Amino acid sequence: MTRPPGTLVRNTTAARINHWITAGCFILLLLSGLSMFHPMLFFLSELFGGGQWTRAVHPWIGTVLLVSYLGLIVQFWRENLWTRDDIAWLKAIDRVLANQEEGVPEVPRFNAGQKFVFWSMALLVPVLFLTGLIIWEVYFGSDTPIEVQRVAVLIHSMAAIAAIIVWITHVYAAIWVRGSVRAMTQGYVTRGWAWRHHRKWLRRLVASGSSGPTPGHER
Amino acid sequence: MSDLQSQDYIRISASTLTPPSTRRYEDQVAKLIDTSRCIGCKACQAACMEWNNLRQEVGHFEGSYDNPMDLSPSVWTLMRFSEWEDEKGKLEWLIRKDGCMHCEDPGCLKACPAPGAIVQYANGIVDFISENCIGCGYCVKGCPFDIPRVSPVDHKSYKCTLCSDRVAVGLEPACVKACPTGAIMFGSKTDMQDWAGERVVDLKSRGFENAGLYDPPGVSGTHVMYVLHHADKPSIYAGLPDKPHISSLVGLWKGIVKPLSLMGIAFAALAGFLHWIVEGPNEVEARDEEKARDLAEAAAAEKLP
Repeated sequence: MTRPPGTLVRNTTAARINHWITAGCFILLLLSGLSMFHPMLFFLSELFGGGQWTRAVHPWIGTVLLVSYLGLIVQFWRENLWTRDDIAWLKAIDRVLANQEEGVPEVPRFNAGQKFVFWSMALLVPVLFLTGLIIWEVYFGSDTPIEVQRVAVLIHSMAAIAAIIVWITHVYAAIWVRGSVRAMTQGYVTRGWAWRHHRKWLRRLVASGSSGPTPGHER
Repeated sequence: MSDLQSQDYIRISASTLTPPSTRRYEDQVAKLIDTSRCIGCKACQAACMEWNNLRQEVGHFEGSYDNPMDLSPSVWTLMRFSEWEDEKGKLEWLIRKDGCMHCEDPGCLKACPAPGAIVQYANGIVDFISENCIGCGYCVKGCPFDIPRVSPVDHKSYKCTLCSDRVAVGLEPACVKACPTGAIMFGSKTDMQDWAGERVVDLKSRGFENAGLYDPPGVSGTHVMYVLHHADKPSIYAGLPDKPHISSLVGLWKGIVKPLSLMGIAFAALAGFLHWIVEGPNEVEARDEEKARDLAEAAAAEKLP
């Protein structure tokens, strides 16, 4: 990918491919899962070739998503560690939401909202996978007592709804904060974008003469 | 499985609509299984296999009279044998014909996510419509009696149909026809309750003071009922649930969680849209680029010797 001069690498090619595999799986899981969750959404199963195919393919996509999200965890966990600064940033969330970021504590590579999305999914994805295994009728349908399956299916559906709500937040934030989508498609952001939204990250890159995403780990 | 008309459906799985409700004078049917008259001959099992064209693969002897050992996609009814000793140490051999209870409030139907895969007819029979079944196994989780079995071959769920195809044309279920002792009776639910009442009186007169009818109110009654000599403890009959009811977990999952979830999703999307029209996008301004440039230049200047 050609990157205009003076811009910064926000996400490496590997991270972007990893992200979009996860995103594709998530959307397919959302559609197939919702079709089995609410009768009014059963029509979505037609997208997968009918109810039987939806039931059959959903757990496999989930398995791919688990592996894919583990890749994202490996790549992003360190920069998503929670710090005291995040609480200060959260306290100024009203100004962030009002698009008035002057005076809001400076943010490193990820802000508290992004970290919330990251860790929510880091919790929800394994929960969904494990409860999903329990109710994967074809392979594990008779491996657990029915009462365990009832608990699993309830947790699975509620965790899925939580994940969908987190996902909506994530997608909207990407649309809202201009330049974020390009950061995950073409991988770069302008320095002005970094100044505005992730000033601490920019300062660190400039100080070390790095073009991103992390000093010492370019591209 | 059945030839009953769709206008006879009073409950349809995964449907938010009112099922056809014009026909409403159909008699409720019931099968009455009198455990006190059962001799464990398995004629009902054989008749079920024959009428429904079911052949379970031949298994191995497991040291039990139960044969086969469990219900399966091709075993819809099964004699279950229990040896039970009362308080005085008297041995009783309890035999119960297991199979779908055809609940008035069916947990399988409540749990099913596939529209029309499970239906209940006006006569009370709960039936699985295979062409609509997606093989998810939710019916297994919904059932308080552990009855449905999902086939690993065709991924459809199976259970006793109460011979809905026979009943639809005025015949009794195959197991009823085959029973040599009259332990299995079939008719209108009220007739069966009356008949059970007589049987209970008779059993009580013979010393079974806890004899009674098993028609559990937790699932609003069933269309397969038992006469039990020990109705005070149904679980001694190979684990027949004492107080069956649809699990509250299933109730939550299929009840309040569904609308709350859709509302939550809709609310999140709406909140995003509202934010967009109130605050709008957060765009990088020329000033930001300038400041960033200043920062870079300052850093470059510092590095100069």
